[in-house]
Amino acid sequence: MRSPRWLEIERRPLPSGRTIFLVSVAAILGALVVAGLFFAAYGVSPVRAYAEIFQGALGSWLGLTETVRRAIPLLLCGIGLSIAFRALFWNIGAEGQLLMGAIGAAGVALFSGLPGPLLIPAMFVAGFLAGALWALIPAALKAKLGLNDVITTLMMNYIAIYVVEWLIHGPWKGPTMRGFAYTDRFPPAAQLPTIAGTRIHWPTLLVGLLAAVLVFLLIARTKRGFEIRVVGENPHAARYAGINQVRTILFAMLISGGLAGIAGMGEVAGIHLRLLSPTQISMGYGYTAIIVAWLARRNPLAVILTAAFFGIIMAGGDVIKVTLRLPFQLINVFNGLILFFLIGSEILMHYRIRLRRR
Amino acid sequence: MGWETWIIATLSRTLAYGTPLLLGTLGEIYAERSGVLNLGIEGMMIMGAYSAFAVAYTTGNPWLGILVAAVVGGGFSLIHAFASITLKANQVVSGLALTMLGLGLAGVLGRGWEGRPLFAAIPKITVPLLSDIPVLGPILFKGQNLIVYLTILLVPVLWIVLYRTRAGITIRAVGESPATADSLGISVSRVRYLCVAFGGVLAGIAGGYLSVAYRPAWTEGMTGGMGWIVIALTIFAFWNPVNGLLGAYLFAALYHLSFRLQPWVAPELLKAMPYAFAILVLVFVSRGTLQKRMGAPAALTLPYTRGEE
Repeated sequence: MRSPRWLEIERRPLPSGRTIFLVSVAAILGALVVAGLFFAAYGVSPVRAYAEIFQGALGSWLGLTETVRRAIPLLLCGIGLSIAFRALFWNIGAEGQLLMGAIGAAGVALFSGLPGPLLIPAMFVAGFLAGALWALIPAALKAKLGLNDVITTLMMNYIAIYVVEWLIHGPWKGPTMRGFAYTDRFPPAAQLPTIAGTRIHWPTLLVGLLAAVLVFLLIARTKRGFEIRVVGENPHAARYAGINQVRTILFAMLISGGLAGIAGMGEVAGIHLRLLSPTQISMGYGYTAIIVAWLARRNPLAVILTAAFFGIIMAGGDVIKVTLRLPFQLINVFNGLILFFLIGSEILMHYRIRLRRR
Repeated sequence: MGWETWIIATLSRTLAYGTPLLLGTLGEIYAERSGVLNLGIEGMMIMGAYSAFAVAYTTGNPWLGILVAAVVGGGFSLIHAFASITLKANQVVSGLALTMLGLGLAGVLGRGWEGRPLFAAIPKITVPLLSDIPVLGPILFKGQNLIVYLTILLVPVLWIVLYRTRAGITIRAVGESPATADSLGISVSRVRYLCVAFGGVLAGIAGGYLSVAYRPAWTEGMTGGMGWIVIALTIFAFWNPVNGLLGAYLFAALYHLSFRLQPWVAPELLKAMPYAFAILVLVFVSRGTLQKRMGAPAALTLPYTRGEE
């Protein structure tokens, strides 16, 4: 590429952790500044808007707990996506895998007839398996037939949405719910315990934190993790090294979809206590988790931090709507901006840019 | 309804529904031929849909709406071009970001525009004489609008440009081997910028078609994944405009035929059909071609830096 006359771009060696962190923070600030222009366009001072958002999301006990509650599905999906992205499998389907997990968990909660103490563990397993199954379909299609992963995972999202719609309007529609498109309420033994007075379903949070550590160790310390990294970074080398690419991709997507499925299980068993409209089950957690994983540079431990950050942003969405009376879609604008700034700034990590003197 | 009437109705709707798919696909074919994957189609389409509706509603001129949609789509695509060509950012992530940004922005701007009736829609036309031809007449020449015809006309034009002109050779060279193109004195980034912008213009028009011609109204998220189906159709078409035409209309026909299953299949599951079709269509073209080259431009998704091959 011919660089413009006024700047000079040259490669630099592998960036340090400090460089990565500083560049990421700069990217977030850049996105906040541009998003601030939108607040200004609506006649709200950006400084006041951000003060309100952070005050709302962090400044009170209620705000704080809502932030954590939003962070749980982002954490689980984000960890899963970081392992899929490591294998360079573009899993854009966490949203659908989350919904399928919700279906799996709801099926067990409502129809399995399992005795009380077994219900919750069985729902975790069902959520994981349903999400994993939904992820393995596009994984197999890519590994065996070479189908484009972005498209198949996305199409699977739309299909999952309509499967949920069908269940709640049709076969699973709760007999006691009259006109509403819900399933019946889960029995008490199928409801996740919450920290008193909050909507934080702590078992899911715990599973998420544990998964962050385990998946980190898996990627960094095990042979399987090594294979995932090789397949993602250099498929040719993987082939020469005799790594089974099909198995590696399927394994990465099993974990990825399974964790997203658990996120869906947490939302229906911890928050809504029934299967209901897809837009209520997930506020686009599966899509936001793409940014969560990318901002964490596909590092599961760093996902804990980035999921918390986007928890703040999503809780801030409520502030935008209620306190500032602005459209909550501004959150999506902000998400898009942050992703652009993030990838745009990566050049700063791999290249040194200098202004050229005339 | 008799069979003849039914076939006419289905094919006529196929033509109407396939048009935005075809427009988007043609644009994406050009962008990808130059080596840039743009997953932002959905975002550019929805921005086109909103801006066309807003302009048509305010000015009463739907054609001005389409024009603005084209400019907005093209302008919007430049964000992706800048990120992926100049900053060499990951094209998959950049395209996703463009879609998120577009859906969000159109949602913000479009608040309050929902449910307004658009009286100034693009008129449907009946071609005199030709529309009297039995069967074909009512399908092709009755109740369609000018954009449908212009889009079909665009197919041979874009095919000739791509395969029979110097500009087309340049575009394909940049997508297959940017280093070679560069050594011949072609500006790789300029060609890529132009192709991405062209794709954006067509995606913008496709969105505008939806909101001021196909169903004259604005609803948030009204593109409903069409932009993603376009990406699938581009692969189905093997990056060839003529195959793009076949793919888009075949897909649209399947979409309308699936409604025939209404007595047996729940409506929610029928709505899931197009997305399942998109996957099936890709499975279909992948059979037996995996060992051979899929026909994708060799440098697709690879940023180009001189001296780094």
